[in-house]
Amino acid sequence: MSNETSHVHSSTVSVPHETHHEVHHGHHHETFLTKYVFSQDHKTIAKQFLITGMFWALLGGLFSVIFRLQLGFPDAKFPWMEALLGEWAKGGQLQAEAYYALVTMHGTVLVFFVLTAGLSGTFSNFLIPLQVGARDMASPFMNMLSYWFFFVASIVMLSSLFVQTGPFSGGWTAYPPLSALGEASPGSKVGMDLWLVSMALFVVSSLLGGLNYIATVLNMRTKGMSMTRLPLTIWAFFFTAVLGVLSFPVLFSGFILLIFDRHFGTSFYLSDIYINGQALPNEGGSAILYQHLFWFLGHPEVYIILLPAMGMASEILSVNSRKPIFGYMAMIGSLFAITILAFLVWAHHMFVTGLNPFLGAFFVLLTLLIAVPSAIKVFNWLTTIWRGNIRFTPAMLFALGFVSLFISGGLTGIFLGNSALDIQLHDTYFVIAHFHIVMGVASMFGMFAGIYHWYPKMYGRYLNNTLGYIHFWVTMVGAYLIFWPMHYEGLAGMPRRYYKYDIWESFKQFGELNKFISVVAIIVFLIQILFIFNFFYSIWKGRKVTTQNPWGANTLEWTTPINPGHGNWDGEIPEVHRWAYDYGKDGQDHIAQTVPVSANESKH
Amino acid sequence: METVMSSERTQKMHPHRFTLWVAIGSISMMFAGFTSAYIVKSNQAGWEAVQVPKIFYLSTLLIILSSVTVFLAQKAMKAREMAKYRLLISGTVVLGLAFVATQFIGFSELWATKITFRDSVAGSFFYIITGVHALHVIGGIIALAVLFFRAYNSKTKYYSTAPVETAGLYWHFVDILWIYLFVFFLLVS
Repeated sequence: MSNETSHVHSSTVSVPHETHHEVHHGHHHETFLTKYVFSQDHKTIAKQFLITGMFWALLGGLFSVIFRLQLGFPDAKFPWMEALLGEWAKGGQLQAEAYYALVTMHGTVLVFFVLTAGLSGTFSNFLIPLQVGARDMASPFMNMLSYWFFFVASIVMLSSLFVQTGPFSGGWTAYPPLSALGEASPGSKVGMDLWLVSMALFVVSSLLGGLNYIATVLNMRTKGMSMTRLPLTIWAFFFTAVLGVLSFPVLFSGFILLIFDRHFGTSFYLSDIYINGQALPNEGGSAILYQHLFWFLGHPEVYIILLPAMGMASEILSVNSRKPIFGYMAMIGSLFAITILAFLVWAHHMFVTGLNPFLGAFFVLLTLLIAVPSAIKVFNWLTTIWRGNIRFTPAMLFALGFVSLFISGGLTGIFLGNSALDIQLHDTYFVIAHFHIVMGVASMFGMFAGIYHWYPKMYGRYLNNTLGYIHFWVTMVGAYLIFWPMHYEGLAGMPRRYYKYDIWESFKQFGELNKFISVVAIIVFLIQILFIFNFFYSIWKGRKVTTQNPWGANTLEWTTPINPGHGNWDGEIPEVHRWAYDYGKDGQDHIAQTVPVSANESKH
Repeated sequence: METVMSSERTQKMHPHRFTLWVAIGSISMMFAGFTSAYIVKSNQAGWEAVQVPKIFYLSTLLIILSSVTVFLAQKAMKAREMAKYRLLISGTVVLGLAFVATQFIGFSELWATKITFRDSVAGSFFYIITGVHALHVIGGIIALAVLFFRAYNSKTKYYSTAPVETAGLYWHFVDILWIYLFVFFLLVS
């Protein structure tokens, strides 16, 4: 084993330090509690993240169905809604306050709990040790803590749905003064406190996870696994973790100031505020300051969501085209460029806050620069599948769907990145359409692709293919039908976050379109339930995996037993001799990373 | 990729130390967030800067001294001079506690001069930024206290230098962080 730790200081007194992964040779006795609940096995923790994420996705999706019903059918009454939501839907009609609460919770849950914890929590945990050739994470204990902090954060957020004044309702970005003053709205009372506690726990969870991912990728690679032999998935997870570790603390500092504004009478974000004609004593604060601190995380956050999907799509496209990834180093370079640029563009969320236009010009330039690495990635994905021997597995379809959505959503980003155009488009449905396609749905597609592709490794069984194809096509067509029309609404100036539009003459024309969007959204939501059924049904009843390497892939996870135990490999950890993308080389279908380079092999 | 040579790294950093380095980057970002928020605010109208309390010079001296003692403690541990190690690690804990105490004395002096959360934005920043730093120092004291009790435990003997080196690295970090914050508050106000 190559990743034993040797001591930097060769002092004679030091006792060799046992690293955790060496302890896990073989299978020691485990109780139900240590195996499935307080597990330190990265594979189990990954599944815990995934299933918790799926729970949240279902709930967050349900929120959107309910508020889409309001937007599509503002005058209709749904008695069942009153049965479900009680006071929130008095007389079967969603109340305005509940509408805002649902929109806020939908955003918070989907961005943080599903697409951050559910996506990178699942796949970084699952794939990093398996693909770099390690028995577990650098610190399995910290890894377990990371999940349990997320779990407690989930419980706190869930409990905020049940308090009398409702969950926080001021938007997922939690801008002050709505988030800082309890008097501002019902949702700003205890709901906001729970939101803050939950988010603070969530930040701790992602920091613990991120530290571990970075340490594992840099320190625990098996013999021969140089950084430039890593699969692109690992590079993507690595940059994701770097982004998280450097940006979440800034959000945390913003939250600390917010907590003091809420409870200790400071005025960081508050100034000159009247509530019900009553002047507040707060003086000298600036709400814009919060926006700076928030978006310094907020923008990297969209790449925290997107990069894992990019990495997994790269891997899945290459495996299922039976071709090497095109431009491996360019792929790493563009991931790196995106990571750097992610920290330099936050103010493009703030063009209309009175930001100095001269400063805005720099942010426009830096924002539009992101198009360059993004275009490199798209080009490389397309050239990877070009003339490939494509296998249209559900995972491959979702990866292709990811590329399609990333292109469509990325193009509208070029519109929004212009500070002049942003004056018209800011806070309209154009923004909603843009970020849902490029970040929301695209990353969900990356996640689905990952689930379909690595499910055999997770559970030793396959997901049902037919259900997978139905899931893909309905979701793919549905995603475009939902979000494409929103671009038109946004260009016409229809603002986001409004409770109903039929009282405005200029937005009445979209009444039927809103109805259409809502109906499609409900259908797409129901199809996701089909996927969840497929997921749980297949854990116990799915077709069994009979070969070690069902996709004919080169990466190390397919050299483990079909149902790997804690420690992943039964014997020695395999040594790596080549990169992960030798497909169709010298007439061979694929050459695993563990195969030594033979003398007469061609170069590439 | 024939150009890729498998790199054989003979000497690696201890994994805990490495993880700590990443965490240091993370914590630094939090204070970068705080201090840049302070700079942004200080350029706006109606800003009244706060005078750093005099006792904070003493805090600075204490924490620099504690960095020296923790450094010497590491050396003593490596040389297996356990008596000296115990003395030095205890000294570091005492100096750390004294640092936190002087911080709170400074806070209460400042608070008494009508610089409260309600009256001064600059003061609020000052309390929170230095307060969060003090929490990080307390975290370091807890880590050192664990080493302290280990050193006096007669049943098991620890001769691994990794824990004291990791704790020492963290201690130097909070020290340097304090010097940064101290100079920052002196210059910006």
